[in-house]
Amino acid sequence: MTVTDAEVTAVLDRDGLDALVTVLRSDGRTVIGPTVRDGAIVLAELSSAAELPYGWGVELDAGRYRLVPCEDGAAFAHSAGPQSWKNCLHPQRERLWSADRAPDGEVTFTEEEAATPSYAFLGVRPCDLRAIAVQDRVLTGGRHADTGYGRRRRGALLIAAECTAPGATCFCVSAGGGPAADTGYDLALTEVVDEDGHRFFARAGSEAGRRLLDRIPHRSADLATEVTARTSVDAARDRMGRSLPPVDLRALLGESLDADRWDDVAERCLTCGNCTMVCPTCFCTTTEEVTDLTGDHSERWQRWDSCFDLDFSHLHEGPVRSSGRSRYRQWLTHKLSTWYDQFGGSGCVGCGRCITWCPAGIDITEEVAALHAEHEATSVGHETAAAAHGTERWTETER
Amino acid sequence: MDATSGTRTPTLAVFKLASCDGCQLTLLDCEDELLALAGRVEIAHFLEASSAVAPGPYDLALVEGSVTTPQDAERVHAIRAAARHLVTIGACATAGGIQALRNYADVDEYRRTVYARPEYIDTLATSTPVSAHVDVDFELRGCPIDRRQLLEVITAFLAGRKPDVPDHSVCFECKRRGTVCVTVAHGTPCLGPVTHAGCGALCPAYGRGCYGCFGPSGSVNLPALIPLLRRDGMDEEATVRFLHTFNAPAFDAAGRESRPSEEGVAK
Repeated sequence: MTVTDAEVTAVLDRDGLDALVTVLRSDGRTVIGPTVRDGAIVLAELSSAAELPYGWGVELDAGRYRLVPCEDGAAFAHSAGPQSWKNCLHPQRERLWSADRAPDGEVTFTEEEAATPSYAFLGVRPCDLRAIAVQDRVLTGGRHADTGYGRRRRGALLIAAECTAPGATCFCVSAGGGPAADTGYDLALTEVVDEDGHRFFARAGSEAGRRLLDRIPHRSADLATEVTARTSVDAARDRMGRSLPPVDLRALLGESLDADRWDDVAERCLTCGNCTMVCPTCFCTTTEEVTDLTGDHSERWQRWDSCFDLDFSHLHEGPVRSSGRSRYRQWLTHKLSTWYDQFGGSGCVGCGRCITWCPAGIDITEEVAALHAEHEATSVGHETAAAAHGTERWTETER
Repeated sequence: MDATSGTRTPTLAVFKLASCDGCQLTLLDCEDELLALAGRVEIAHFLEASSAVAPGPYDLALVEGSVTTPQDAERVHAIRAAARHLVTIGACATAGGIQALRNYADVDEYRRTVYARPEYIDTLATSTPVSAHVDVDFELRGCPIDRRQLLEVITAFLAGRKPDVPDHSVCFECKRRGTVCVTVAHGTPCLGPVTHAGCGALCPAYGRGCYGCFGPSGSVNLPALIPLLRRDGMDEEATVRFLHTFNAPAFDAAGRESRPSEEGVAK
């Protein structure tokens, strides 16, 4: 982590956090943040900072999520929940345009100009900051930008909460990230709870963040708070519950298209689509045309789709990827390998949601490790065969 | 199949076989849209709404209920012959319904046990979906069906387009509406991962597991779900009962067809 002279830092206490939400709301912003609902920490609109999940942590495993009390009363002691910020920025259903036919037969098209909420996201984890950057690239970085996403994203203020309590399904470090917020935020908070009290070390990451800090009660950052904050974030780096194997995943997945492991995981995969919908980078949508009973009014809606949906690859005569094997392989291969070809990076930020929220508990890190082991074994086999049979190895590879 | 071309108003007929009437009630439940609907179709045969019936043929026939009697097995052919488009509505018509539990039992024994004069009862040994007897143009699932989906099917018929009725899992609907997964967060057994969407994920939104009243989704891996139901506290008997409610034969068939590794069209 680089500390520059220009970095504006401060310390807020809980009153400061209360004021932060109040100020944001008085600016007309829709403040979204973590809160407890239905036995989970969900993302929802907050009317005050009191709705943050103070005193709640989570116990995670593959296919399992439980709320547990945390004794220190921290607000950000949880890791990724059932939703991500894409639920706001890239909503599950959105009208794109409508068309009306007049009695004289003339058809008028109206582009959707929905009122865009001015969002403030409070408590964005560093993994999710990266996920938002990934979706920025996907949805607005190419020739065909998603205008609705672009509007919502430009208006959104991001307040990060650095990670000091990684969960058992977290693996951001091995996915190229880490528990610290390095970039892409307006304000970054690091929660500190110790004998000196409950407080938040704050760093402004943009002009908007600096202005926001000025408007809420705070004190200048003391060395003890800053050191404690930075130390606990650094310590979190070594406490990831899981990890991806430290190999070239892009190459591994690209070379594993015929792996036996796909059959193994397909036996367990429900093809229910949960992994794609909780994934903060999965972006696929379909469009539906809706007509009303009169037949004179038609609307086009965009809605979340998933590569696990049979209709997703439906061409004439049926789906191209009809088996669970081919659909799981598509998802994982795209996420970790062909995403590079398409968008110049990985599609996985290591948040662990797909592991936690898979009802069957399929673990992406375990699957990749198994693919790696199979690849290693096969490569050794190939090399032995090649040594014994000379050029036959190449014939085998080409096939 | 644009039903709106020409000047004649398309006719709609509703028929009932062995069923509870709940699905055709859904049509009457379209209160806000009923007037608009009545302006677009001529309701020619709908005994639950009116005793005035017009003779066929009908442009669109909605059929509720399963085939459980020799008479209905005959009648369903007559309905098919009188219908340009035949859409079955509800778990009875699409999967045999809860009465298809007879398919796993001895109907004669039921008859002797339940009725004082069993010889008065003329019934078939099985309850079967309409599609087991005649060609069906579209099957709308649910017990009962969903009001919005019924309107969508009728609207699509009027526009001559394919209805937007996705056949993916209930999990899609839970995640879209932001419901916390009852299985993952609470350990509640749930058939959502193998059940056809359409209800809007009603039960999980109220904290209970999906009990599969829409029948199997388009992509079912039942062998993968059974161990999860066991993990979440269901023994073998409870698991069988869970799957044997409104769509028992359909889930049985889906279980037999679950072959996750096998490719259908292309690899």
